[in-house]
Amino acid sequence: MSDIESPLSLIEFKELHETMLLIRSVESTLVKVFANGEVPGFIHLSIGQEAVAAGVGCAISPGDTLATTHRGHGHVLAMGLDLEGFFKEIYGRNGGVCRGRGGSMHVSDMSLGIIGANGIVGAGIPIALGSSLSFRTRGTGGVSVALFGDGAMAEGVLHESMNFAKLLKLPLLLVCENNGWSEFSPTDRQFSGSLAGMSAAFNIPHECVDGNDVEAVWHACKGALKELRGGHGPRILECMTHRVRGHFEGDAQKYRQKTEQSLLEAADPIIRSEYRLKELGCTEDELHRMKIHSEERVAAALLEARRDAEPDFAQAFHDVHTPVPGGTL
Amino acid sequence: MTLMAYAHAVNLSLMDALRADDRVIVLGEDVAEAGGSFKVTRGLLESYGATRVIDTPISEATIVSAAVGAAMSGLRPVVEIMFMDFITLAMDALVNQAAKARFMFGGKTSVPMVVRTPHGGGLSAGPQHSQCLEAWFAHVPGLKVVCPSTPQDAYSLLRSAIDDPDPVIFVEHKGLYGLRGDVDSSVKVPIGHAAVVRQGRALTLVSYGATVAVCLSAAKQLAEKNGIDAEVIDLRTLQPWDKATVLASVRKTHRVAIVHEAVQAFGVGAEIAACIAEDAFDELDAPVMRVGAPFMPVPFSRSLEKQYAVDETKVVAAMHRLLL
Repeated sequence: MSDIESPLSLIEFKELHETMLLIRSVESTLVKVFANGEVPGFIHLSIGQEAVAAGVGCAISPGDTLATTHRGHGHVLAMGLDLEGFFKEIYGRNGGVCRGRGGSMHVSDMSLGIIGANGIVGAGIPIALGSSLSFRTRGTGGVSVALFGDGAMAEGVLHESMNFAKLLKLPLLLVCENNGWSEFSPTDRQFSGSLAGMSAAFNIPHECVDGNDVEAVWHACKGALKELRGGHGPRILECMTHRVRGHFEGDAQKYRQKTEQSLLEAADPIIRSEYRLKELGCTEDELHRMKIHSEERVAAALLEARRDAEPDFAQAFHDVHTPVPGGTL
Repeated sequence: MTLMAYAHAVNLSLMDALRADDRVIVLGEDVAEAGGSFKVTRGLLESYGATRVIDTPISEATIVSAAVGAAMSGLRPVVEIMFMDFITLAMDALVNQAAKARFMFGGKTSVPMVVRTPHGGGLSAGPQHSQCLEAWFAHVPGLKVVCPSTPQDAYSLLRSAIDDPDPVIFVEHKGLYGLRGDVDSSVKVPIGHAAVVRQGRALTLVSYGATVAVCLSAAKQLAEKNGIDAEVIDLRTLQPWDKATVLASVRKTHRVAIVHEAVQAFGVGAEIAACIAEDAFDELDAPVMRVGAPFMPVPFSRSLEKQYAVDETKVVAAMHRLLL
């Protein structure tokens, strides 16, 4: 649904573009430093999917919440997560936003309304549902957004949550970032139905947009959030996009066709956004400066992460439980 | 001080918690209109309305996950899982989400939620409606596990669990719901404190839940028949368990058995026995014993379940062996 009452201004469009540039710069940097062996564990990158992150992240208001996935770097950066805290977390350092206890799959900041980045496929969906239940019970007017990939369509909690949210008419926006892949398999070999079909079954409004068109995602998300605040129950937004990298970094992707590569380049959301910005009057020079600015910010944050101390083991114990005054433990 | 059944004490505790704190909500399958499968939540809907007392679909995974999200977003949800056996469907929500959120997100959130659920057999409810699965949760860093044996503890510990900033698994017992006892709503019982429910010098029985009463009967029998004076400890909380109280008793009696209805293998008793061996080995005059269920699913047939169950005879036999 297009929110025709408030068209995207040039300033807003630039913000979306800058958000996408930042995500691209972060993820491209991670490709390199992961290959160098600097990053512990494993990471799942979102190159090619920046328009979904920027469109959704920038449409959300303060007081709303968002639950994201193992491929959530773009989502949390679009929600305004501190870049230094982000890199320090990815590096497992003391100054990491999760104090080095979560890493790439859990990089998240509750103070920004991000109710978790989740390593379990689909698990953020019912958590976002609970957050929307809280908003409704407390009458805050907030909404909760669950971002998930098409791989989560086969998870039971999505089906349960659609039913539950519809029955209770909860202010829950389900955003499917449909990149066509369920880990190492094409989703049509993993899921026999479609999100549109499921939406019809549960009588939940469903809108499908070009997920590489940041303007379309932003408009659809703004429109859906406005409807949700009206108290009419959950909605589904499906954003069709492409996963450029493998399931995780280091994935040789032998299951993918070489011909797919040219398709990915043609669909690049950042190239498309630049084209639109030029139509709206942005100069090449301005676009170049925006790109350089993102890259400089990322380089500076990376430097700080490399310099940061390792976390303290004893301190990690403090957050297994919440400290209770005069506690019994 | 009022005489009431265990189920009524849980109900009163929920009522009082809902009144004391408007962040408290109650949700679960048939908890509102129907008042719960065991009628424990009867009257809550009428008193506090459908925005705070919420009937959910039969979707355990989503109910418990929703409680996690609600707890992160300003509420204090109390979930009912109708039978503890059904909690298997909500393991991701408890083990990967509720237990880890505070730690994994750098201490920026707490997850103040309670999952109430009845365990236990004796009702010919069969293999999928009788299990005692509490040890699983005691094994997960980030969760607390409470298991009251009296109406007073049911009332007071549920209030403590709801007030607690972290996720608490509150294990009730189907067979105790009708047990009557005095309840004083001003009594506070903090999480993590055991109670010495019978003083003695000859040996110690450590238990929790419905088998506390079995231990007390066994202790009475041995006192009357043989003049043996057993101490009985009701753990009340399994995670964190009250090691100090148990070790103090071991230092007094030098002989100890841990008794529970749950399967003995890899259970609560195993952890306690190991800790006693590590911290008080020199105090022991006999090997630490365990009395628990055999390694078998809970059978349905009355006669089979009777043989399966931990009863007074099995506890008395263990006490005799401790004193050999």
